[in-house]
Formats: sequence, structure tokens, C-alpha cells
Amino acid sequence: MEKHNFVNIQCLSGEQLLYLIEMAQEFEKHPNRELLKGKVVATLFYEPSTRTRLSFETAANRLGARVIGFTDAKVSSVSKGETLKDTILMVSNYADTIVMRHHIEGAAQYASEVAPVPIVNAGDGAHQHPSQCLLDLYSIHQTQGTLENLNIYLVGDLKYGRTVHSLIMAMRHFNPTFHFIAPKELAMPEEYKLYCHEHGIRFTEHEDFTPEIIAGADILYMTRVQKERFSDLMEYERVKNVYILHRDMLSMAKPNMRVLHPLPRVNEIAYDVDDSPHAYYIQQARNGLFAREAIFCHCLGISLEEVRNDKTIL
Amino acid sequence: MSKKERLVAAIENGTVIDHIPSEKTFQVVNLLQLQKLATPVTIGYNFSSKMVGTKGIIKVSDKFFTDAEISRLSVVAPNVVLNIIKDYEVVEKKKVVTPDELRGIVRCNNPKCITNNEPMPTIFNVVDKTEGILKCHYCDKEQHIDKVELC
Repeated sequence: MEKHNFVNIQCLSGEQLLYLIEMAQEFEKHPNRELLKGKVVATLFYEPSTRTRLSFETAANRLGARVIGFTDAKVSSVSKGETLKDTILMVSNYADTIVMRHHIEGAAQYASEVAPVPIVNAGDGAHQHPSQCLLDLYSIHQTQGTLENLNIYLVGDLKYGRTVHSLIMAMRHFNPTFHFIAPKELAMPEEYKLYCHEHGIRFTEHEDFTPEIIAGADILYMTRVQKERFSDLMEYERVKNVYILHRDMLSMAKPNMRVLHPLPRVNEIAYDVDDSPHAYYIQQARNGLFAREAIFCHCLGISLEEVRNDKTIL
Repeated sequence: MSKKERLVAAIENGTVIDHIPSEKTFQVVNLLQLQKLATPVTIGYNFSSKMVGTKGIIKVSDKFFTDAEISRLSVVAPNVVLNIIKDYEVVEKKKVVTPDELRGIVRCNNPKCITNNEPMPTIFNVVDKTEGILKCHYCDKEQHIDKVELC
């Protein structure tokens, strides 16, 4: 099977996304295999991101691959002035696939154009973080049994939060209804509302975050409202406690409703929510492992059929 | 037009680029890399024009531009006209057509874009030709064709 890059989420069709979700389901059943035995995965982290890196490295290790790489650009030749192209070409000599995180937007796309091996984008600045999006989709699918016709409520920082933007683009294949719940300063940018119009995605905007509003949700996707995002600190003081989820706000929630969060959280989900049957954010992070195992197989040309008939399960 | 009124000497064969907004004249020169040509080139500007106020005219002898070269002009002077001259006669008038893609012509306005941080050519997709909206192939930032700088 042909190899693929995994650089952005919007270029994947609905079918391809469901295919990857099915593959991730196989890995949830049996995460430990030797499908990638003899392969070398490089993880190039030009900016630190501990949990994403650990998740990718765990996925590679649980599939039997070995991992090389760096966790900080300071220890690589970048500090000597090497270009991204040269680093990527050099590492391509050693590794079968490259996972990269970079603070520069479009870095992974460029790397995928120069590299002879598949590139996995583990985040490129404020631009894309497609593996996070796939694990979000997987979590939605696992908790709702489908991606079709869901009511998805996005809460908090909808202006800068790239995870919520990616989610809108990826969900366009599945007839969603979105609710955008955010303070004015962090409201969903016009370009994404325009995107919704262009793709026939229904959405409603709210400034209030109340049990009555939550009652309609299948998925409540929380994000962090960060102080440094506000130009007006008075506004921050006014809204900082409005977008915090407490357990008593879930009293009217649908039984199937699940709370998601890309993590790390600070205070936007109170600890008393953790024990609620609606809480799913910790499992969501665990799903990152299965999603990333599927991404590696997709990139290295291993098909769903091969994963299903895999004889290397440990 | 009689010889007396002619603004710049006629050429036998080549291309006359007309109706360039005066201040864009040298950008057109740069875009078409005319300074590297070995054939005679006449560059004139600040001529009065009904269409654009004051205009520039460039006459290039023995040179016929490809459509790809002409499309580069869409960024600075989308309304210029190229007269193809053969034996002192205009045999064809070409207008600039905005291409679907601009490669290596304009810079991305996003300082965090990879194209501003690596020695590499930019690629823009022209998403709206009437409004002049460009989208960076790498960072996906949309920008207006009037607000971008040439590479």
C-alpha cells in the first residue's frame, strides 16, 4: 500500500477519517504489536511538547518500532543554523518516518514536500495539530457510536484555539450542529463562520454558559480561557469564571453527553466533574495512543486489512 | 498615431507593454527581469494617460513573453496591455490573466510562515480572482493581492 503524509486534517475525506477511526479501534483492542518491528521512527521536536511527544513515542514503541530524535531544537543542528530542509533530508537517511513539531506555520507541509519519507505533523505553531484532531474525532465516535448528526458545543477560547478550528473542518463531512460559547473577545473568528456557511454547517453563538444551554449537547468540548489572550484585562476579570464547568451544571445534560478537553486544563473544568459519568477527557488523552498508532500505519502503508489480520499481536 | 506624436521610438519586432501605472513601471521591469536582457529595452514613465493618470510604457525588442511570465504581472499591474509587434505592426494584444497559482512571486504576510523562515519559494493559491484573495499554500493565511510584497 502506498505511503502517506499526515500533515493536515482538512485534506482527508470523511471516508478516510472513518477508515483511520476503524484502524484506531483495532489498536484499542490490541495496542501491543510488532507491526513496525525493524522500523525507525524519528521524533523531531523543535519546540517542547511533552505529552504529544510521549504519546507518539509510546505509539511507536507499542508497535515495535525504535525511536530516535530530539526534544528541543537547542540540542540539534538548528542551533548551528541548519535549514529545516537539510535537517529533514539528513534524518530521512536514518528513519522510516518523521514526526515533527515546529513553532513555524507550514513547516510540516514544506517538510513533506522535500522528504523522501512520510511526515507526521505533530503541531506547526498556531496552524495545525491533526493528530489531536483525529483523537478528538475518535473520542467523539467512541462515545456517541457515530460522527453523524451530532450537537457539538465548543466552549472557551474559540478565537485562538486551533483544536476547535480543526474540529469544525474535520466534522464538515458528518452534518454536525455547532454551538459556539465564548466571551466576545475570544469569539469564533469570521473566517470559520464563513467556512461553516460555505459548507452548510449549522451553528449558534452564545455568551452564556448555563445548564439550559448544555442540555442540548452531545459533546461539550472545553478549552482554556487564557489571561494573556485578552487585550482588556477588565474583560478577562469579568468572564474568567463564566466558562468554568462545575458538576452541578451537568444536571440537565443528556445521558450520552460527554465532556472533552484537549488538556492540559487549568481551572476550566472543576475537579468535581472528574467523577461524573459525563467526564471523558482523561480517556480522550488515552485515545491519542490508538489514534497515533493508526497514523503510523497509515503513513507507512499498512492497511486496515493488514491490521485486522495482524499475527504480531503481543 | 503619427510619428510626431509617438512617445517612444517604434520597434520592429518585440513587445510593447502599455498602460502600466507610472509608479509600477520599475516593478514590472523587475518582475519580467528586463534588466537581464541583452536586447534593446526602452523604459518610459510619467506619460499622461486617460486610463491610469500617468502611465509607463516599456518597449522590448525581439522578446515575446510566455503566458506564465505575463501572469506574473497580475500582482502589480493587472490592467496592462501587451502589444505584440511584428514588422512595426501590432499583430496581437494580450491582457494579463490572473493565474490560479502564484509561485515565487509574492511574500507571505505571516512572519511565522515557513516561507519567511526558510530559503524557499512561496506558493499562493488565488482563491478569489475578482476580489484578489490569495491563500498561502503553507500557512493557509488569506491575504489581499494589494497588500502583499513582491519577493
